[in-house]
Amino acid sequence: MIENRPLLNILTHVVMILGVLLVMLPVYIAFVASTHPFDNIIRAPIPMLPGDRFFENYAEVLGAGAATTSPVGLMMLNSLIMAVGIAVGKIAISILSAFAIVYFKFPFRMLCFWTIFVTLMLPVEVRIVPTFEVAADLGLLNSYVGLTVPLIASATATFLFRQFFLTVPEELTEAARVDGAGPIKFFKDILLPLSFTNMAALFVILFIYGWNQYLWPLLITTDESMVTIVMGIKRMIETAEEQPRWHLTMATAILALIPPVIVVVTMQRLFVKGLIEPEK
Amino acid sequence: MLKNVTFGQKWIAYLLVAPQLGITLVFFIWPAAQALWQSVRREDPFGFSSRFVWFDNFQALFRDPNYLHSIQVTAVFSVSVTVFALALALLLAAFADRVIKGALGYNTLIILPYAVAPAVAGVLWLFMFNPTVGIVAYVLGGFGISWNHYLHGPQAMTLVVIAAVWKQISYNFLFFLAGMQAIPKSLIEAAAIDAAGPGRRFWTIVFPLLSPTAFFLLVVNIIYAFFDTFAIIHAVTSGGPARATNIMVYKVYADGFVGLDFGGSAAQSVILMLVVITLTVLQFRYVERQVKYQ
Repeated sequence: MIENRPLLNILTHVVMILGVLLVMLPVYIAFVASTHPFDNIIRAPIPMLPGDRFFENYAEVLGAGAATTSPVGLMMLNSLIMAVGIAVGKIAISILSAFAIVYFKFPFRMLCFWTIFVTLMLPVEVRIVPTFEVAADLGLLNSYVGLTVPLIASATATFLFRQFFLTVPEELTEAARVDGAGPIKFFKDILLPLSFTNMAALFVILFIYGWNQYLWPLLITTDESMVTIVMGIKRMIETAEEQPRWHLTMATAILALIPPVIVVVTMQRLFVKGLIEPEK
Repeated sequence: MLKNVTFGQKWIAYLLVAPQLGITLVFFIWPAAQALWQSVRREDPFGFSSRFVWFDNFQALFRDPNYLHSIQVTAVFSVSVTVFALALALLLAAFADRVIKGALGYNTLIILPYAVAPAVAGVLWLFMFNPTVGIVAYVLGGFGISWNHYLHGPQAMTLVVIAAVWKQISYNFLFFLAGMQAIPKSLIEAAAIDAAGPGRRFWTIVFPLLSPTAFFLLVVNIIYAFFDTFAIIHAVTSGGPARATNIMVYKVYADGFVGLDFGGSAAQSVILMLVVITLTVLQFRYVERQVKYQ
């Protein structure tokens, strides 16, 4: 601290506390609502303190779902498979292509690089209909392959690995070659162990990205048993009744945000690295 | 770009790039090409054949009052989201940079919304603003404001902007804070010795040095507001009431999948592609420059 200004220090904490309250308020309200019986919630104002139905409500959504949806336990399993599939898939194909682009000289190398770069400019939102048609023609609807594979091309991950490989000393490659190691052995025994931190950081970001997908699963899944939790919530609020079953919907919302939140909090340092590094 | 020491086996290189290239071609380039192709064709009403119509689809779009309205809605939405998300994050980061005790606790809580899916963020705020049960709607009612975003367009817009800003503050906060912590302390100390107070130091030293970060975030936030907020709109308002929150990405989806107007939807896709390409080029030209300066 440069100078001591007690008033400013107090103001600092006031602003930070207000910021935290603003950020946490919706999550807190959702949690409170998820621990009450339905009757307590549909009478305004809703309670501000947690109720006594925590176990009952969560057991109900996890095991049976709300209204007409499939059990939230199953939705979470689908989300987990999709998130891990996307994260692992993106890391795997990106590290391989970055290795090829940095360590090999081959015709059309730059064309490959720019083709990968172009994916940045084509988010799924702008090519919705034709991408859906491709997936449908390939018979990928209502399958885990359909949920993951079309999303695993990643320019950002490729750039991150490319950037990192460029900082790996050339001496390592030379030494490996002198010792008679081919490209595969060099990749497996030297490059892969060196990339571990970067892979972990990317995994954190990509897991969240995969878990939070909404539009793509919305198009790809029509079968109730393939629904992911993030889109399942939308189904719960689309009821014919006047008010959705808010206590169960909010329990589902809390369940939907817990896995990515745990990942961010427990791996905060890796998360910040994974988020800020690729943009450098 | 390329190592001086390279491996010779070219076939291995092709094998290594094959998965990434394959997926890119099948699920990115081909659909984008399809969108371009469909955008200059029109199907007959029964979907049996289509014919080349030059730029008719585009001309039709720009004569369509709904599309012009959608552009206007997108402009209001993305400007509001960008301005509020950047301003609030900058305010929080400026104070967080001063915090000594408890910094980790504050920062962890502030970055939490990053982990929350946009659709879930939308539903959380939808519940708070629900006209009958929502706590915020109840409090507003106490002030004599009758809240019903199912009926009032501006209220629906306010709601989706709040949800979208809430979700984006964390990301901006992290980048602003990282940017501030990278500013050499000696600069700040020198200014303090010259009797510049905290406010003056912020506006004359910290803020100008943050401008690269701010510019980068500006582009990222516009991209976010244009494209990543689809889930919020879809989950909270479905573009309504009376198209008041019908942003361009939502309209592409609605026209394509609900309205089944493939030519029109494809033409909108092409326009949005141009927007992303422009923004991405801006972002990268700028990032390249930043790397050179360092």
